[in-house]
Amino acid sequence: MGFVSDALASIGLNEFVITLMFVNAILAMSIYLTLYGGMFSLANAGFMAIGSYVSVILTQNHDWPFLPAILVGMVAAGLIAIPIGLPVLRLRDIYLAIATIGFVEITRIMILNFDKIIAEVYTRLHMESEPPKITNGPLGITGIPVETKLEYLIVTVIILSYFMIRMHRSRFGRALAAIRQDENVAASQGINVVYYKNAAFILGAMMAGLGGGFSGHLSRIIQPGSYGFGTAVDILAYSVLGGISSWYGPILGGLALTALPEVLRPLKEYTGLINGVVLLIFIAYLPGGLGDPALWRSVRKTAGRIVNFINKGKTANAGA
Amino acid sequence: MQASNLVLKLKSVAITALVMLGIALFAYELPDILDKKVLSPEQHLTTVIWVGSVYSLFALGYALVFSILGVLNLSHSAVFMWGGYIGVMSVIRYDVPIYYTLPLAMLGGGIIGVLVDLIAFAPLRRRNAPRISQLISSLGASAVLVNLAQLEFGTSPERFPRTTLKELPYEATVARPYTIDWLGAEFRITPLQVSIVVIAFALMLLLQYLVARTKTGKAMRVVAFNQKVAGLLSISVGGIFRLTFFLAGALAGAAGVLYALAYPSLTPFTGDEMALKGLTVIVLGGLGSIRGAVLGGLLVAAFEVYATAIGYSWLKDALPFVALFLILLFRPQGLLGEATVKRA
Repeated sequence: MGFVSDALASIGLNEFVITLMFVNAILAMSIYLTLYGGMFSLANAGFMAIGSYVSVILTQNHDWPFLPAILVGMVAAGLIAIPIGLPVLRLRDIYLAIATIGFVEITRIMILNFDKIIAEVYTRLHMESEPPKITNGPLGITGIPVETKLEYLIVTVIILSYFMIRMHRSRFGRALAAIRQDENVAASQGINVVYYKNAAFILGAMMAGLGGGFSGHLSRIIQPGSYGFGTAVDILAYSVLGGISSWYGPILGGLALTALPEVLRPLKEYTGLINGVVLLIFIAYLPGGLGDPALWRSVRKTAGRIVNFINKGKTANAGA
Repeated sequence: MQASNLVLKLKSVAITALVMLGIALFAYELPDILDKKVLSPEQHLTTVIWVGSVYSLFALGYALVFSILGVLNLSHSAVFMWGGYIGVMSVIRYDVPIYYTLPLAMLGGGIIGVLVDLIAFAPLRRRNAPRISQLISSLGASAVLVNLAQLEFGTSPERFPRTTLKELPYEATVARPYTIDWLGAEFRITPLQVSIVVIAFALMLLLQYLVARTKTGKAMRVVAFNQKVAGLLSISVGGIFRLTFFLAGALAGAAGVLYALAYPSLTPFTGDEMALKGLTVIVLGGLGSIRGAVLGGLLVAAFEVYATAIGYSWLKDALPFVALFLILLFRPQGLLGEATVKRA
């Protein structure tokens, strides 16, 4: 194992980066769930922020152990998803995307000014005590113990993958697929569209909250600035680039896109540029994403042909 | 048909009037809310109008591409930023007279827009890729443009040199007081701000004329309606797409120069800050509606100006989104958008 990790570290993938790769894989899976139901929702960065802040506040200010804290963060994200999803999921396509971006930005601004809001409430209610400082505004919460371990993340990804595989063949998954193809037809076949869409949205929010909890306990510091529009679009990019036609696509996308800038790090100031170029090339030449089953079939076919060719050469040699 | 068209038109006129009235009335309510008179209501209104005109001009590029191609072009904000840099840098590095920066930036922005289409959109269109992939590829294009700007211009804020601005006639950067006697209105405004408003509205009217009254505009509308039908009518669909990207890029370039004239801080990340505002503007006003974009721009500017005036400047970025949320829930097509007929 030591040999493998040394080899990975030599191309820029140290343990921190690998852990981050798996966190982003979880986030990519969370958006896959809503995309599978045909919902173009970008709300996951907001739920990630909620999961992250709730769990960090619990471990930092209330001395909770790590695992219960991130589970509570996950549930909090799920609970907030209920009143958001019910009105918003009536929208479609680009309107849904922009409404959910609105949610992400409102969440970020609320976290950014949480202490101000609390202070305002205290003065309005004429409370004597000093208002507490909870989110610390733009500076964020610092000195968070690093609790996220690679093992936890791998176990989580395996559990979520199992859930995804089962989902595709379950009533729930088939209902979502039907809704994606045509909402009206699905409704006319007796599928409760509102229920299934909201269920997928809430489950996706919980997964994002879980990913947020892990990411919050990874880098010692969390700031509201890292959960905005950019993050929302990044999560979408993981999923789309990995491919949304299979359950493992988003995982591949999350891993690959997080690793890419680290591998390109030796290019110094050109890192960002080459990163964007690679993104463009990927999306132009692999429209189905990295996890596109058709791509892997053709790879297998080509590999088989090469093997055949080599074998043929061998038999020809043997014959001569 | 005729009657329903008339009703729709009246409705949109009524909504426009209501929103404008709301913006104006709120300005006059401000002194009562604040219990003190800091600035005159007319001063707030002038700020709303000149900031809003830049927002509208910028947001129109999103609306244009979306209404013709049906995709969201996330690289529009990067083209806007490049437009600003083309203007500022042509003055700093090559001593180009400041009057030429606007057409220069429009041309440059338009060319960048066409390049973005060639690199990020055309290959995906040829493969019939889903729209969501096109969104991601435009994101990639945006990343490339922002990084190129960073490599070329660095990250420290740039501005039009003060000396060049001072050489403008009529002391363009000096605010001077105006009064309108019969309204009892008084406000200060610089000639530069007036010209920003005039240029922005002139460009928007020009676009409206192009789309609504010319043969090219008709071809664009046919392509938006149905690409196959457009092909049958021997309209070059690819050409219309390139024209759309050129126009959107030119608008972004113009907005970039106007922004750089208005605010003395242009960085490679300026576009990212504007991207969200632009998206809010077009959805508030109604996707694909030029009048809607103007109204949306004024509304977003009003939220910002008033939130700052009341002393809740931290709310200024959140308020447009709250309004957006509410409007999407009760009027999903936006303020002036037309409801689309759902086809099963």
